[in-house]
Amino acid sequence: MRKYLVLAALLACTAEAQNRSGLEFASEEIRRLQASDAENPGMLWVDQGAKLFAQKCASCHISMKGVATRYPAVENGRIVTLEAKVRHKEAFAYESDELLALTAYIANQSRGMPIKVNPPAEKLDIGRKAYYSRRGQMNLACAHCHEQNWGKHLGAETLSQGQPNGYPAYRLEWQKMGSLERRIRACMFGLHAELPPYGSDTMLELELFLVWRANGLPIETPAVRR
Amino acid sequence: MKAAVFLFLPMVAFAGDPAKGKEIVLGRGDGNCLLCHAIPGAERTAGNLGPSLAGVGARLRAEELRLRLIDASRFNPNTVMPPYGRVEGLRGVAPQYRGRPLLTDQEIEDAVAFLLTLK
Repeated sequence: MRKYLVLAALLACTAEAQNRSGLEFASEEIRRLQASDAENPGMLWVDQGAKLFAQKCASCHISMKGVATRYPAVENGRIVTLEAKVRHKEAFAYESDELLALTAYIANQSRGMPIKVNPPAEKLDIGRKAYYSRRGQMNLACAHCHEQNWGKHLGAETLSQGQPNGYPAYRLEWQKMGSLERRIRACMFGLHAELPPYGSDTMLELELFLVWRANGLPIETPAVRR
Repeated sequence: MKAAVFLFLPMVAFAGDPAKGKEIVLGRGDGNCLLCHAIPGAERTAGNLGPSLAGVGARLRAEELRLRLIDASRFNPNTVMPPYGRVEGLRGVAPQYRGRPLLTDQEIEDAVAFLLTLK
C-alpha cells in the first residue's frame, strides 16, 4: 500500500513538473490568432525581419533554422541572448522594431523545434537564485506565481508557468511585438520591484534560467499572448 | 526588542471605517484583495490564490486580521500574500515605493473594519 502511495506521489510530482507553454493557458481567441500566419499580428515583424535579414545578414548567413533553440548561450563566460547576438553586428535599440523583427524572424525559423540550452551550472545558479528570491513591495518571487500557483486565477487571468518559448511575442496588452526581457520587466513592474535594465547581467541571468527551465518546449515565435 | 515593538505597535488601533475599507478591499488600488480572494459583494471576477473571505469576520478577530494584513509571512513563511504594512527586509523595491508599505496604518484599519463585517 505504502509503495503505491509513494509511486502516486512521484507521478504527481512528475506531472506537476511538466512544462506547459503559455499557449495552454491562453483563450480560444488568442490560440486562433497564433495558429494562423495570416491572422497572427506577430508575422508582420517576422516578414519585416526577413527583409532586414536579406539586406544586412544574408551575405554571411543562409539558414538560421535551429539557432534560436540554443540561446541564451554562454560564450567566453558571458551570457549571450539572441538579441545580444544580433546587436553585436549592429546595435539596434532594445525593443526597436528592427531588433524585434530580426529576432522574431530568426526564432521563427526554429518554430516547432524544442528549446535546448545547456549552460554551465555556475551561470544557471545565479538566475535560479533570482527566480526564487522575493523582491519588490509585493515581496514575491517568480516561483510563487509561476511554479507554485500556475493554473490558478489572479483576478480574471489564469497564471501561466511563465514559459519563454514564444518570445519575441505579440502581446495584446502592448499592441505590438515585445521581447522576453520586456515581459520580465512587466512582471517586475507589477511587483513594484526595480526593473533590471535591458541587457543587464541581472536580466540575462534570469533569462538564462527561464529558458533553461523551458528546455524541451517547442519554440512558438511569434506567439500571441494577452 | 524590535520584534516586540513590531508586535504591539499595530495594536494601538485607529478606528477603522468599513465603508473606506470596502473600497480598499474590493477596489483596484494597492489593496485589490479580489485579485487573490473571493469576497462577498464583489462585482468583478475574483482570483483564487488565497481562500475565500466569506465569513472571515466570524473566523478571525480584529487583531488577527490586522497582523495578517501587515505581514502574512509571520503565519506562513512561504505565503504569496504581500505584506501590506511591512517595509523592513524587503529587497529590490522600485525607488518610488521604497520605505513605504502598500497600505497605511489607517488603510489597514479601514480594511480590517470592512473584513469584520463579513460574518
